[in-house]
Amino acid sequence: MQPTTDFFGEFLAWLPNVQLAHFLIVSAILFSLGIYGVLTRKNAILVLMGIELVLNAANINLIAFSRYGGVNLDGQAAAIFVIILAAAEAAVALAIILNIYHRFQTVNVDEVSTMKE
Amino acid sequence: MSPDTFMILALLILTLPLVGFVLMIFFGKKLPRQGDWLELSIISGVLVLALVLLFQKLLLYHDQTLALNFIWADLKNVPGIGPLKIVLGFQLDNLSTIMLSVVALISTVVHYFSVGYMHGDVRYSRYFAYLGLFTFSMLMIVLADNLFLLYVGWELVGICSYLLIGHWYEKKSASDAAIKAFVVNRVGDLGFFVGIAILFTTFHTFNLREIFDAVAAGTLPSGSEGWMTAAGVLLFCGAIGKSAQFPLHVWLPDAMEGPTPVSALIHAATMVAAGVYLVARIFPLMTADALLFVAYIGAITSLISATIAIAQNDIKKVLAYSTISQLGYMIMGLGVGAYTAGFFHLVTHAMFKAGLFLGSGSVIYAMHHALDHQHDHQTDPQDIRNMGGLKAKMPVTYWTFLIYTLAISGVPLTSGFLSKDAILAGTLAFGGQSGHLLIPIIGFTVAGLTAFYMFRLVILTFLGEHREPGRLTHLKESPKVMTLPLMTLAALSIWIFYSFNPFGMADSWFAHAIERPESVVPASIAPVAGHLFAEEMHAAHIPAMALSLLAAGFGILMAFATYYWKRISADRVAEKVKPLYTFLLNKWYFDELYGTVIVGGTHALTRALRWFDNTIIDGVVNGAGWLTKGVSTVSGKFDMGIIDGLVNATAYVSGFFGLVFRKFQTGKVQTYLVYVVLGVMIFYFVFRLI
Repeated sequence: MQPTTDFFGEFLAWLPNVQLAHFLIVSAILFSLGIYGVLTRKNAILVLMGIELVLNAANINLIAFSRYGGVNLDGQAAAIFVIILAAAEAAVALAIILNIYHRFQTVNVDEVSTMKE
Repeated sequence: MSPDTFMILALLILTLPLVGFVLMIFFGKKLPRQGDWLELSIISGVLVLALVLLFQKLLLYHDQTLALNFIWADLKNVPGIGPLKIVLGFQLDNLSTIMLSVVALISTVVHYFSVGYMHGDVRYSRYFAYLGLFTFSMLMIVLADNLFLLYVGWELVGICSYLLIGHWYEKKSASDAAIKAFVVNRVGDLGFFVGIAILFTTFHTFNLREIFDAVAAGTLPSGSEGWMTAAGVLLFCGAIGKSAQFPLHVWLPDAMEGPTPVSALIHAATMVAAGVYLVARIFPLMTADALLFVAYIGAITSLISATIAIAQNDIKKVLAYSTISQLGYMIMGLGVGAYTAGFFHLVTHAMFKAGLFLGSGSVIYAMHHALDHQHDHQTDPQDIRNMGGLKAKMPVTYWTFLIYTLAISGVPLTSGFLSKDAILAGTLAFGGQSGHLLIPIIGFTVAGLTAFYMFRLVILTFLGEHREPGRLTHLKESPKVMTLPLMTLAALSIWIFYSFNPFGMADSWFAHAIERPESVVPASIAPVAGHLFAEEMHAAHIPAMALSLLAAGFGILMAFATYYWKRISADRVAEKVKPLYTFLLNKWYFDELYGTVIVGGTHALTRALRWFDNTIIDGVVNGAGWLTKGVSTVSGKFDMGIIDGLVNATAYVSGFFGLVFRKFQTGKVQTYLVYVVLGVMIFYFVFRLI
């Protein structure tokens, strides 16, 4: 039990001491969740949401490196671009999904497979 | 008439029968009466023209030879020979003119007789067409002045005899006889051909006159006297085949399977006469040795066939063997140097032998109808044992037949007496000069035998009683179209047409027209000169006449004693000399001999060849096939196994990979994303490790 207590204690000690690793870990978790969402969901809208998570995970990374890397504001500018891109992407993707729904009466990505044949 | 007119007439005579043949063979069946009137008028025209030609020739151009030549082929420069032109042509000398008339006359008579005899035949028009072609071929032989055209006519005669002997080809025996006649003739023709080849290679010409001149000038084939003799003997081989001389005489008796008028034509004028005519034509070329060969062949032939004729019972077979015998006489006459006599016998024999055959045809025709009337199809209408006493029923046939028989037996006041007597005088003279006494002995023996078997025929057929009285009640004389030719020929068997002196022909127009040509071969190998021989013959004339009369009289007497008065029993004599009788009855076993040696030999050879074919050739072929099959099997295995295996393996591997990779290609973006993520992770670890 000692090590566990030790590890948990160390973790509790480390947690408030915010630094770059925190951001990276959050970003990694977010990225993984996004990927997981993209890969497992059948609903196209949920897939799209997964993609948004991945994009935002990247954004966190960019801003975190911008802040702690001590470089300059390029990272933040890139994050702004990504947000804009994400908005545009969402608009386009949602339009596509709407069209798919009109055509196939479903947004299940597994069933939209007419191009396979 | 000018010489040109003569030649035009001769060509007209030659071509008319050919025209008749062509018209008859194509249109004969469609013409009324199947066109016999067409052929008859053509042949009658030929006869008239031939007789006109004969009289004009003998009166106007007695000692001249008229010729018409044309270049048949100009071969330009032939390697080894130089410029070569094949010149062919026709000639009219006394020999060919007389022969022309004889052929035309016999042919005409046979044509007229055939109208009656062949009445209702299935191939009536074709029969007449072939008769026309036959006449044409013979006229070609007669008119040719070169060996080339002579050979052409020679072969045409051969094929015509084949066609006519086999006229009733539904009968196996008839078609066999036709084939036999043709094949046996080919044997002789081969010799003839080689003889022509020998002469042509030396003289580069076919023209007989030019060959004679060259030989007279001293050129000999290959420069040797032996070759000269060989050429003569080989040319004579053709005559052996055509004129049915020993040893190729076997075809002629079988040729009786043809219609009887055809037999008359073959035996008198168109076929067998060709051989004698050929010997007369090439006579100047013959060396003494070649002529001796000719004389002996003739003598042997006449003896053999005369003995066979005694034992035959078929009326036509007896006549057939008598023809062979008489042909042997002519050949013998030419061989001993009695040129005029030999050819004279050809002419007289043509008349009475045609008559004999037509007479026998008349008898067979009557017998056939009489037996038919009684619905008897078993009795042979040609067997003289079934005849007898026909004299009362068929007077015209009987009397004409008797005249012919007297002529062939050599009884005075007939034409046969004149010619036969001259030949016998020739053999006597020859025997005296050369010492070959066997030839005159055979000559006189055959004269006696001939008289015997001919009178046997007459007695058994016409005289006496039929052995079953009332058997032949419906027998009647043949129609006029058949008896008139018989009477014509009977008249022509009288001496007066040939010589005013009934006991000798030495001063007749015939003897003047046909003079023995002088030999052209060098004196050392030439036969006895013509004038010397003529003197000897003149001296032998009276003894020959006496001896021949004695022989003929004895033969006739024996025939009457045996078959009419029955003083001598023929059966008992036959019993006494049974082996000899059987030997004669079976025709000296010539057919059996040839059957065993030649046909059997050929069969053995073909069997051997078949064995060779079946075993060796087929073995090689089959072996090659087997080998090919084996190789192809192996190569097939290689193809199927290795090549196809490789190809299939490639396909299989591709297919396998396809199957495997298909799994990855799901078509779902999410799956691909998984790959991307996995790939990135793999790369991460890989690069990490590096």
